[in-house]
Amino acid sequence: MSRIHVSTTINGDDVDYLCEAGDTLLDVLRDQLDLTGSKEGCASGDCGACTVRLDGRLVCACLVLGAEAEGRSVETIEGMAEGEELHPLQRNFINKAALQCGICTPGILVAAKDLLERNPDPTEEEVRYWLAGNLCRCTGYDKIIRTVLETAAEMRGAA
Amino acid sequence: MKFETPQTVEQAVALLAADSGARVLAGGTDLLVRLRAGHIAPSAIVDIKHIDGMGEITQQADGGWRIGAGVPCAAMGEHAGLVADYPGVVEGAELIGSTQVQGRCTMVGNLCNAGPAGDSVPALVAAGAMVRVAGPNGTRDVPVLHIPTAPGKTSLAKGEFVTSVYLPPRGARGGDAYLRFIPRTEMDIAVVGCAVNVILEEDGTVACAGVALGAVAPTVLLVAEAAEALIGTKCDDAALAACAAAATAAATPIDDKRGTVAFRKDVSGVLARRAAKLAYVRAKGD
Amino acid sequence: MAKDEFQSRQFKVVGTRVPRPDGLDKVTGRARYGADMTAPGMLFGFCLRSPHAHARIRAIDTSAAEAMKGVKAVVTRADFTVTPQDQGTRDILDNVMAGAKALYDGHTVAAVAATSRSVALAALKAIKVDYEVLPHVTDVDEAMKPEAPVLHEGRQQESVPEGYSQNVLARSQYGHGDVEAGFAKADLIVERSFKTAATHQGYIEPHACLASMGNDGQGDLWCCTQGHYMVRNTCSAIMGMEAGRLKVTASEIGGGFGGKTTVFLEPVALMLSKKSGKPVKMTMAREEVLRASGPTASTSIDIKIGMTKDGKITAAQGDFRYQNGCFYAMNGALGAMCGFAPYHLENVETVGWEVVTNRPKAAAYRAPGAPMAAFAVESVIDEMAKELGLDPIELRLKNAADEGTKSAYGPTYPAIGLKATLEAAKAHPHWSAPLGPNQGRGVACGFWFNFGGDTCVSLMINPDGTVSLSEGNPDIGGSRASMSMMAAEELGIPYEQVRTVIADTATLGQNEVTDGSRVTFAVGLATIKAARHAIEIMKARAAQLWGIAPEAVEWVDGAAQPAGPNAGKFPPMTLKEIAETASNTGGPIAGHFEVNAEGAGVSFGTHIADTEVDPETGAVKVLRYTVFQDAGKAVHPDYVEGQLQGGAVQGIGWALNEEYIYGEDGTLQNAGYLDYRIPVASDLPMIDPVILEIPNPGHPYGVRGVGETGIVPPLATLANAVSRAAGVRLTSLPMSPPKVLAAIKAKG
Repeated sequence: MSRIHVSTTINGDDVDYLCEAGDTLLDVLRDQLDLTGSKEGCASGDCGACTVRLDGRLVCACLVLGAEAEGRSVETIEGMAEGEELHPLQRNFINKAALQCGICTPGILVAAKDLLERNPDPTEEEVRYWLAGNLCRCTGYDKIIRTVLETAAEMRGAA
Repeated sequence: MKFETPQTVEQAVALLAADSGARVLAGGTDLLVRLRAGHIAPSAIVDIKHIDGMGEITQQADGGWRIGAGVPCAAMGEHAGLVADYPGVVEGAELIGSTQVQGRCTMVGNLCNAGPAGDSVPALVAAGAMVRVAGPNGTRDVPVLHIPTAPGKTSLAKGEFVTSVYLPPRGARGGDAYLRFIPRTEMDIAVVGCAVNVILEEDGTVACAGVALGAVAPTVLLVAEAAEALIGTKCDDAALAACAAAATAAATPIDDKRGTVAFRKDVSGVLARRAAKLAYVRAKGD
Repeated sequence: MAKDEFQSRQFKVVGTRVPRPDGLDKVTGRARYGADMTAPGMLFGFCLRSPHAHARIRAIDTSAAEAMKGVKAVVTRADFTVTPQDQGTRDILDNVMAGAKALYDGHTVAAVAATSRSVALAALKAIKVDYEVLPHVTDVDEAMKPEAPVLHEGRQQESVPEGYSQNVLARSQYGHGDVEAGFAKADLIVERSFKTAATHQGYIEPHACLASMGNDGQGDLWCCTQGHYMVRNTCSAIMGMEAGRLKVTASEIGGGFGGKTTVFLEPVALMLSKKSGKPVKMTMAREEVLRASGPTASTSIDIKIGMTKDGKITAAQGDFRYQNGCFYAMNGALGAMCGFAPYHLENVETVGWEVVTNRPKAAAYRAPGAPMAAFAVESVIDEMAKELGLDPIELRLKNAADEGTKSAYGPTYPAIGLKATLEAAKAHPHWSAPLGPNQGRGVACGFWFNFGGDTCVSLMINPDGTVSLSEGNPDIGGSRASMSMMAAEELGIPYEQVRTVIADTATLGQNEVTDGSRVTFAVGLATIKAARHAIEIMKARAAQLWGIAPEAVEWVDGAAQPAGPNAGKFPPMTLKEIAETASNTGGPIAGHFEVNAEGAGVSFGTHIADTEVDPETGAVKVLRYTVFQDAGKAVHPDYVEGQLQGGAVQGIGWALNEEYIYGEDGTLQNAGYLDYRIPVASDLPMIDPVILEIPNPGHPYGVRGVGETGIVPPLATLANAVSRAAGVRLTSLPMSPPKVLAAIKAKG
């Protein structure tokens, strides 16, 4: 089976890979590039565990073909911290117990970071609707929503 | 399976015309799900997003809007002019899936998928929107209403694909709204969807109306009786009740995992009344 | 073993909100879950699943698949040549690879390992299965009828009376007193029937494993599970190998809630690896998780309660019929035991039924069997409170179980916290807040047993004075943190000085599955005891250096110090100082403890919910939710709150929207997150957790399990709130909008 050569940018680095036409971006990230922080919970865009940014827009990596990433820019959970400096959301998710099993956490962090970059002062309702595509089965969302709101306030204070 | 990235409409038409197993990829939020589940096995995927204009929203000389087939629904919500003219069309488009799905999904994909419950379709139909279809014999403009013919089936011929949607000029005193019923607050397929588009006389009387229902028939329904119930009125309670009754009467739903016949018929009327009221308020602009 | 009596103490570490040690890995994407591991030369394994609800397998032709390039192994039931000794393990084998019959839509009938996903999936399509489709049954009441299609012959236990289908595998009965006499004393008797749909645990991480099995009879398995010792024991029995030859390592686990307390892919992956001679990775798609893992039971329940005018229960009766999927499970019995457990009853009689149907075998789901029973019982109690004009909390307080109550399922309670949760609920501002139109408030109680079980812990004092703790239960929601906290507390050292790891099956002795809310209780108990063991050794080392008797040394604030007549003679020796000199005082220091932990301590909760019902559409909005639960002692309050909140929200999903929907053909109609509707963030309000601490007498720190009880009251709480908001009693879950609207319209 002939494979497609793709040149793309992932977390700021140039990356080349070969993929089958039917491989999703999530397949490529996980199985070829060992970027397993993006998780497969459903492969149908219903759970958000594979949330990444593609050219600055939030998408489910399971709903993008690997071949579509040619010439584009992909941001994953692995690129969220700056070196050893965690993003305030990452730090607060640990300190405020906003995760239990942690499987949904990468997707939620990527989505929440995107929200706060677009809207530094969201309401609780806005956070809840923005994250409605990120399923979490452990927490009941309470501590996740609180932590996003508290981090937004903290980041506004620091800005 | 091949992956193609045509740069022009003509190249795309040629690829699609030459290979009946080829599938168009726009946002991919339906196509990739079906591919992964093994429900389809296309011979080629034709990504149309590299074609000029596919990702653009432009106001036309007549004041109407042209929305490219590759425009993700999230971009519609970010377009102030489009939101001001067609809040109902935009809210329908923005109800598809999650924030993440919004970053990819398109109205044209939603339409050509031909699911009975597509959220972006009723408001287009209520507004009298057209699509531009490119094919081996050139382009043609077709009412949105005429694209889906049955669940999963469209009127597009071999080699044809939709390149854009056209919304007529909004003009003064027009407004629209789309409401859907789902069991949760997000992430569900519509159990019932209803869009209402109205244009008012100077005195606030409804001059022209469109009422469209989704998920209650094999394809989207344009309910003339429900529109007629509004025309000539100021959307008073009696007019709204008549509109609701007409919507309930027109719905021919099925029982399935998402809802019952009785429920869908009832809720068709409820949503028609609520959407009409909202569209009317928007049209009046107060 | 004697119970470890609770002793009151001032905590320094326990009760604080420290950061969890696995947090960094989990917020950066580094943490490795079931599907995140690879091995050199690894193959991809996938299952072929039955499209029929019930079918005899006449033949399977795998020759075309085997001939395909890249296909390295194909397995069917014929490859599993060992018959496990006990019926439970034979059922598991029958479940992971169908034998003579496919028993449900999604039942695995063959599996393939190939060099790529695409080749493996193509090979599955090349396998030809000759099915003889049989009549099927998926509803519990239908399956009990004598004329129902029968799944298994000869499995019925003697407890089942004449006149029932062979699908009724067992009947169990509990209670005491004379219910007929009790009903005769009642001023009001209410008798109602209830139905609940099957639901799924809904963990976001699908099942996944990586197996490596050589022809030397040794194997390695990496998988996401709630219990890798269970995986080892079950898989080795199925593979016909000695348990010690199979090493199982638990990956990080992306949720379980009971659904990962058994095996699905693991024996298949081992067999594919054995046959191909290469490592094999298997992951389930979401569709497979829903069709073919272990959802919970659906139920049909009858409740009859008699009450005096002032709200005293005179008699209670319940018939709990549970649909357990295609093999025996003990869910109906648990329902029959739990339903009336919150009450002090003179006369009570319950019967539980275990029924098989053509559905995937039910696995545990958070307090298995209890939420549905509480839904039925608490709904009737609410209806009677309304009928008699009594406050629903007062009515429950009047009948609440307390220390010394003979429980509905037999044992007499020690100190319990039910009344405390009810009193807290009554005093909470939520209970007296005003309600608007179309709004209703519900309250309900719930009970769960909790469990202890086999547990091993090793605690190593490292040469630099840090402490490494090994435990054998996967960390689903912060247990590494709570174990480190309890070790630090007992040793008298800072939390940061202790690091807890989850050992593989070759590194630590047998551990019971992470179930029954047992980990913080049982592993915590073993951790404390292992720390005490290490302290004894450290005291002896200090005594040796000081030249005094070990009994003359005490352990205070992380240091040995001379006591009694020697007090003050030597400066205290800290743990770090003892560790640094250990090599010279006899060698490395480690404590360990192995136990079958008893005294878990039962748990109770009371929930309050406010809902608003749209009378035109039947849509339900949850406006406010408060949980009151007894935690014994909350080791890490953040994660206790998280358990209460998460349990409540799973219960809300169960009450409102989640359900397994089977078609006429017996196939699952909603095998995806699109139509299996678990709650999303925008569906919910904040969930207010109120932790009560009534110490468990059976744990040194008073700890009780908290994980499961939180899912028991919500079904009833929501049903009571919705019924009051809608003005009509809802008796069938989920309370989906079509059902609610139909009930409102039927009431007129």
